[in-house]
Amino acid sequence: MLENLRLAFRGIWTHKLRSFLTMLGIIIGIAAIIAIVSTIEGTNQQIKQNLIGSGSNTVDIQLYQNDWPCDMSYNDPPYGVPQISDDVLKDIRSLDEVKSASKYTSRQIYDGVYYMNNSMNGGYVKGVETDYFETDNLTVKKGRLFTADEVADYKKVCVIEDSVATDLLNNEDPIGKVLEIGGDSYVVVGVVATRSTFEPTINSISDYETYMQDESGVVYIPISDWPISYRYDEPENILVRAVSTDDMTAAGKKSADILNGSINPTDDTIKYEATDLLEQAQQLQQLSSSTNSMLIWIAAISLLVGGIGVMNIMLVSVTERTAEIGLKKAIGARKGKIMAQFLTEAAVLTSMGGVLGVVSGIGLAQIISIMSGTPVAISWPAAFVAVAFSMVIGIVFGILPSHQAANLNPIDALRTN
Amino acid sequence: MIVKLNNINKVYGQTGTETSVPALNNVSLQVDEGEYVAIMGPSGSGKSTLMNVIGCLDKPTSGEYYFEDKDVLRLKDRQMSDLRLHSIGFVFQSFYLMNEENAIENVALPLSYAGVPKKERERRAIEALTRVGLADRVKFRPDQLSGGQKQRVAIARAIVNNPKVLLADEPTGALDQKSGAAIMELFEKLNSEGTTIIMITHDANIASHAKKTYRIVDGKLYHGLEQEGEDEEA
Repeated sequence: MLENLRLAFRGIWTHKLRSFLTMLGIIIGIAAIIAIVSTIEGTNQQIKQNLIGSGSNTVDIQLYQNDWPCDMSYNDPPYGVPQISDDVLKDIRSLDEVKSASKYTSRQIYDGVYYMNNSMNGGYVKGVETDYFETDNLTVKKGRLFTADEVADYKKVCVIEDSVATDLLNNEDPIGKVLEIGGDSYVVVGVVATRSTFEPTINSISDYETYMQDESGVVYIPISDWPISYRYDEPENILVRAVSTDDMTAAGKKSADILNGSINPTDDTIKYEATDLLEQAQQLQQLSSSTNSMLIWIAAISLLVGGIGVMNIMLVSVTERTAEIGLKKAIGARKGKIMAQFLTEAAVLTSMGGVLGVVSGIGLAQIISIMSGTPVAISWPAAFVAVAFSMVIGIVFGILPSHQAANLNPIDALRTN
Repeated sequence: MIVKLNNINKVYGQTGTETSVPALNNVSLQVDEGEYVAIMGPSGSGKSTLMNVIGCLDKPTSGEYYFEDKDVLRLKDRQMSDLRLHSIGFVFQSFYLMNEENAIENVALPLSYAGVPKKERERRAIEALTRVGLADRVKFRPDQLSGGQKQRVAIARAIVNNPKVLLADEPTGALDQKSGAAIMELFEKLNSEGTTIIMITHDANIASHAKKTYRIVDGKLYHGLEQEGEDEEA
């Protein structure tokens, strides 16, 4: 076997130009496939990252009415939707897919959060328990979070996002400053990092609509203060943190089921729904994959053509080396040995083509990435499969020439010289 | 007795039709261990056919052929290959060396088919090259060697597997007189060391180096070198 490999490399090296030209079909085919797969893979990863963020794995379960989140700014609380009880919360927390869960109330801000003469436009006020910060993976940048005692004692304290500190408080030190929220005064005790840390790549208007949810900042107040500053009995939502990204869909669905079992609304379009980002991502990924799988088939045809080229050159090589084959058979090489030698040569030839194809495919993907802005992700399993597949092409298309070589009559073969 | 041919006939083409060409006609031959035999004949006399039959490359149309005790006519293709590999060493007029491989690699080729490990192959190849007087050329490639040296490499390849018979087809045909004479000396040396040699040639001078000579004319085998009568008709 080693001897055959040595002979194969020597044979290929002796006819460098011819070997390279023979490989070219395989190289182009493999390069095209690798470039396409890398682009698909890159696009998919981008979609996933843009939608889900970098792995906090949180699923928002909100109350919906007619497929729109219930916003209490201009509406009355719906009938039959009680506050989320401790029992319901406990059920959700005990799900296998759920790492932590925390309830909250929220309002989109159109007007109503002020500091001195500034007002905040856009963004949210959220009424939260103390464990919300951990569930949402929020980190303290300045000051502190409010305590359970402060929540229990209806203290008027708030935690603001970094972007609020910048925009509303004009970069003044926010700790100890007083904000007017819903007509009441709240003391800022801490600043947390702005949650959306990722920067989505926006290539089109539809990308913009998908990714740019208007979040110019969030102000967190104790949930116990909500009825004081806003209204009693507003429906609550739940933020769930899944154990892993793959568990997000299940965690969201199961939590929503538990919540829906606890409500009895008169309007049956009202129900809890998980904002399933993973599912959205997968749908988008499928869309991009199906358009590209056609391209892979086209590239596969080039591999077929490449394989036929290899067969052709191997047949020429057998004719050229008739004397060598004749001698080998005369001195006692069995048919199998001759066959193995030529099959090895074909397989080595196409495998080298495969490796070169992978390398140029990666290069091609990088060029596509630079020119069109789509990201690429090199898929090593795909690269491995590509090289293995090239080897199989060599073996399949090498069978006919090898068989011909193995069956040469040594007398005739030696006479041709 | 190593080689024993009894009434061998070889006909090319369909027997009994107009296109059939008889190449060997009732040839009988016995070669004992340690003999040095030359078979001489002009081109077209059937000597190549005889060599192919003796070398187990071709099967005769009729007759009996025993190599040692093996009935060659009953052997399968694979068994013929193995017999050639282990028991027969071939030397050809045009050497048939692989130009990309050095002398050791060329000589070691039959050993690799015999499944000898690499280290051992190399050792035995060098040993064979030393026997043919090329100890100082073991790493040379054929295109770096003279014709006589190439034929020595080919002879080393033929003897490396310690064959029962060394079968040489016009071993000096492509060489100048001096190199040819040197090859003949080498054959005599190998024969004196115990190698059985069967040599086929058209050259009476070369044939005279052998201890026993035959002539082949029109597919018939005759003892000795000089048998004028039949010659003229050939």
